[in-house]
Amino acid sequence: MLDKKGNIELKDVSKVYPNGVVGLKDVNLTIGHGEFVMIVGLSGSGKSTLLRAINRLHDVTEGAILIDGQDITKASGDKLHKIRRSAAMIFQNYNLVKTSSVYRNVMSGRVGYYPAWQAAFGLFKKEDQEMAAANLARVNLLDKYYVKARDLSGGQQQRVGIARALMQEPSVILADEPVSGLDPKTTKVVMNDLKKLNEEDGMTIILNVHSIGLALKYASRIVGLKEGQIIYDKPIAEVDKRDFKEIYREAGDDHATATDEAEED
Amino acid sequence: MNKSIPKRPFMKEWHVTGFTVFLLLFIAVVLSAQATQVGQDFSMEQFADLWIKMANPDWSYLPRVLTPLAQTVQMAIVGTLIGGIAAIPFAFLAASNIVRNAFVRGIIRFVMNLIRSIPQMLLAALFVAVVGIGTLSGVLALAVFSFGMMFKLLYEAIETVDQGPIEAMRAAGGKRSQVIVFAVIPQVLNQYLSFFLYTLEINVRASAVLGYLGAGGIGLYLNTTLDTFRYDQTSVVILAILVVIVLVDALSNKLREALS
Repeated sequence: MLDKKGNIELKDVSKVYPNGVVGLKDVNLTIGHGEFVMIVGLSGSGKSTLLRAINRLHDVTEGAILIDGQDITKASGDKLHKIRRSAAMIFQNYNLVKTSSVYRNVMSGRVGYYPAWQAAFGLFKKEDQEMAAANLARVNLLDKYYVKARDLSGGQQQRVGIARALMQEPSVILADEPVSGLDPKTTKVVMNDLKKLNEEDGMTIILNVHSIGLALKYASRIVGLKEGQIIYDKPIAEVDKRDFKEIYREAGDDHATATDEAEED
Repeated sequence: MNKSIPKRPFMKEWHVTGFTVFLLLFIAVVLSAQATQVGQDFSMEQFADLWIKMANPDWSYLPRVLTPLAQTVQMAIVGTLIGGIAAIPFAFLAASNIVRNAFVRGIIRFVMNLIRSIPQMLLAALFVAVVGIGTLSGVLALAVFSFGMMFKLLYEAIETVDQGPIEAMRAAGGKRSQVIVFAVIPQVLNQYLSFFLYTLEINVRASAVLGYLGAGGIGLYLNTTLDTFRYDQTSVVILAILVVIVLVDALSNKLREALS
């Protein structure tokens, strides 16, 4: 991960949902290796759409999204799988298979490296199994190796989600409100885990949050989104607390947009 | 605060709709009974005779029904297994979160609905006509029935799985087969086993009477003993079936509880 990977470039990206709702509008954004970008904005401002577009869980209507120079919006088949592999995702609802063991959930992050059926029969390489154990140890959950995911607390599940993401050996981590469902203490643990990946492994991290406090504390750069457009973009050194009031007050005046999030899902 | 309860409208006050429906149903029952001549002659003596004979089971007959009884259960197991396994690929192809092509799903569901609309007994009669008298036709009838039933239960289970893990697997660069194996199958596996046991329960019951149509199993003995007026033996057959069904149900319930 020393080779300065994890550069993302969005060029004139727009997304209109089939029902006419505008998800993103002319978004231009360049994020470089090792940045810790927090995206703030009201519900329905397009944060989630933006994040999901980057690894193409959502298709965009217009524009290009380059991950280390490769355009994911036009990739298909194997190429698409490979690009997705390099941008791991962490979800608000953890998205673990609750009836599977922690080990199997973590291991499933590795499938992008296997041909279609080999991984299906659990034929994982020994070094990958060791990697799973190492990643679990990193999030302090090695003792939960055989435990079923549903028997873990929310914070533990999210950390399994992080371990799973690490199995992809990603250069970018996309985190969609990863701490929304967690208490302050667990939030800190999860955020510190992410911070470590950013600082020690040089992973680019893009994270959606609602919490201004978190954004100020962890981000290296803050991007504000409103009605699918970027209305704010500054490195943390230049960020003034009053700016947030601007972002939210402007958006808050327009109540119609607050209901858009339902359309995103 | 002197508020009187609002008066109900006339129709509701006297339950006009309810009474009319009841009256119509009553007339319909009487008319259909007359048309189908349900009230045929009934010999109390014969009925009493049957009861008395059945109340004294001929236990010496028991050893002879054990083999066909086992055969009945075996038929149910084999039939359920064949149908249950055959249903898996079709269930995946019919699930909207696996196959995006609505046309493919529509065709499969349509054909499966046709298959499921054929009653079990009719299937058995058909197979007896096609492959002849014997257990094979029974097994085939049960297999086709299980196929239709397991298909429906399974594809509905697949459609209602948590979409989150599917999204996660796609985001990780998983191919469709990997998404299915890692995100879908673990979520439906227990349900599938539970459906399997449930279908097996139904099939054991059905299999007990299949012999009546010549499709193998204990039903044949039910038929013969009734035809020869050996009601004392009939009651042994019925009791034996009863015991097996209760046992299978109990076992299946226990296992299904353990699964959930």
